[in-house]
Amino acid sequence: MPRTSTIPFGPQHPSFLEPLHLRVRLEEEKVAGVDLSLGYNHRGIEYAMEKDWKRNFFLSERVCGICSFHHSTTYAQALEMVTGVQPTERARLLRTVLLEVQRVTSHTLALGHIAEAMGYENLFMHFFREREEYMRIANEISGNRVHYCMNWLGGVRRDISPEAAREVSRRMEASLPRLRDLADVVRKDSTWLKRTKGVGSLSKAQAEDWAVVGPVARASGISYDVRLTGNAAYSLDGIKFKPIWREEGDSWARCMVRMDETLQSVEVCLQALSLLKEGPVASPFKGNPSGEGFSRNEAPRGELMYWVKANGTAGLDRVQVRTPAFVNIPPLGEMLQGEQFANVPVIVVSVDPCICCTDR
Amino acid sequence: MSRRSRSRPRSPWILHFDTGSCNGCDLEVWALLTPRYDVERFGIVNKANPKHADILLITGPVTKKCEARLRALYDQTPAPKLVVACGNCASTGAPFQDAYNHCHGVDSVIPVDVYVPGCACRPEALIDAVVLAIEKWRSLDQGWTEREKEKGPELGHEVRP
Repeated sequence: MPRTSTIPFGPQHPSFLEPLHLRVRLEEEKVAGVDLSLGYNHRGIEYAMEKDWKRNFFLSERVCGICSFHHSTTYAQALEMVTGVQPTERARLLRTVLLEVQRVTSHTLALGHIAEAMGYENLFMHFFREREEYMRIANEISGNRVHYCMNWLGGVRRDISPEAAREVSRRMEASLPRLRDLADVVRKDSTWLKRTKGVGSLSKAQAEDWAVVGPVARASGISYDVRLTGNAAYSLDGIKFKPIWREEGDSWARCMVRMDETLQSVEVCLQALSLLKEGPVASPFKGNPSGEGFSRNEAPRGELMYWVKANGTAGLDRVQVRTPAFVNIPPLGEMLQGEQFANVPVIVVSVDPCICCTDR
Repeated sequence: MSRRSRSRPRSPWILHFDTGSCNGCDLEVWALLTPRYDVERFGIVNKANPKHADILLITGPVTKKCEARLRALYDQTPAPKLVVACGNCASTGAPFQDAYNHCHGVDSVIPVDVYVPGCACRPEALIDAVVLAIEKWRSLDQGWTEREKEKGPELGHEVRP
């Protein structure tokens, strides 16, 4: 008869940045079951978003600080669908640059977070050093480090000078060799492999069953990426892009997908910066929107959707947000089943659970 | 005062807790601990255990569900303790003013010593806040000699008035 015990994780825990509560039931050292408790971060943003459609560009960024620009872009695209305003070509490319810069910061955060969860402090510091470079690049483009405040209906609010674009490209190119070194660590390092290889597996059938999105789905053999198909598909702007996916389905595959996407994001940024042409950064719009609009985008954690219903006044009838972490967190129970207790933080963080996205 | 309370301001250990923020300020707290800002050279270490902590860095507008947890963390931290409210949310709850499920700032739940403005607050502002918190500590602590009070914290950092 194995001895059983129950161990609480969180809401305040050294390996989680955010308030997530897990109740782990153990049989000896193996995980027998997990109860998830969410809602620590619920602020009621969807209700607050019904007040004023203009303020929502500010508020939608505050849904999540890690993928803030993805949220405001998706909201702006949904409103563009409502009003029929087309963003200018330059605005689309500038959005692409910032989306990908933010993806780099998010993925390096996730990878550093996994390194920290497994006790690999040195690598955590390396990832965060590279991340800081991209925070500074975002600061250079938008003037802000976390919430860029760049989006507006029909385009972006600030332009980038040619000198600044050249400087940003130069710094990105300079950071590529360092990122490739880090990719080698993730691919080959024995400590990293021992803690992640074969840990927290999610098969393709399970992944389809739980309808996971983003790097978690792409690590389990589902090559689904909204950047190919959404109403902001990169091919429309002439950017070459191919989704990265793997078949292993374990924590290591999730890390590798993130690492390869980081390198790919830098290349997409460089392509977008080289394609920039002179022109206005926003299409004009006056009045209040009226009608329904829907938009989706590939946030760092997966497919992000916004649905907006406007009624021709300053307020909105409803804003519905479906965030990627919302669907990626529930399969944790399946991934943790039968794993060693010591692997719980690594597996939880390898999903990149964003509680502020999930709870809103 | 004892040697322990004299040495504590030279190496304040912090506890970071997210009470429903958007992660923006949390990322900046993490940026503090990593190579670019690296506050560990001043002796500031992030401790996840409230019983080891001296300064609480609280982010977020304090959601209703987090309220009891924040109070518990504050009670578990041994005195003397200081609370820094990081960012606009933690100071007033302003960005989520119209939302229904929060307590409008940390000071509605526990006493706050230093407020940091910004959405998200910059790491430089956070360093300033921790230095100000230590200043406050020093002024409260009767064990310091006049010379030590005048000298200011030895953090290699200019303190804003």
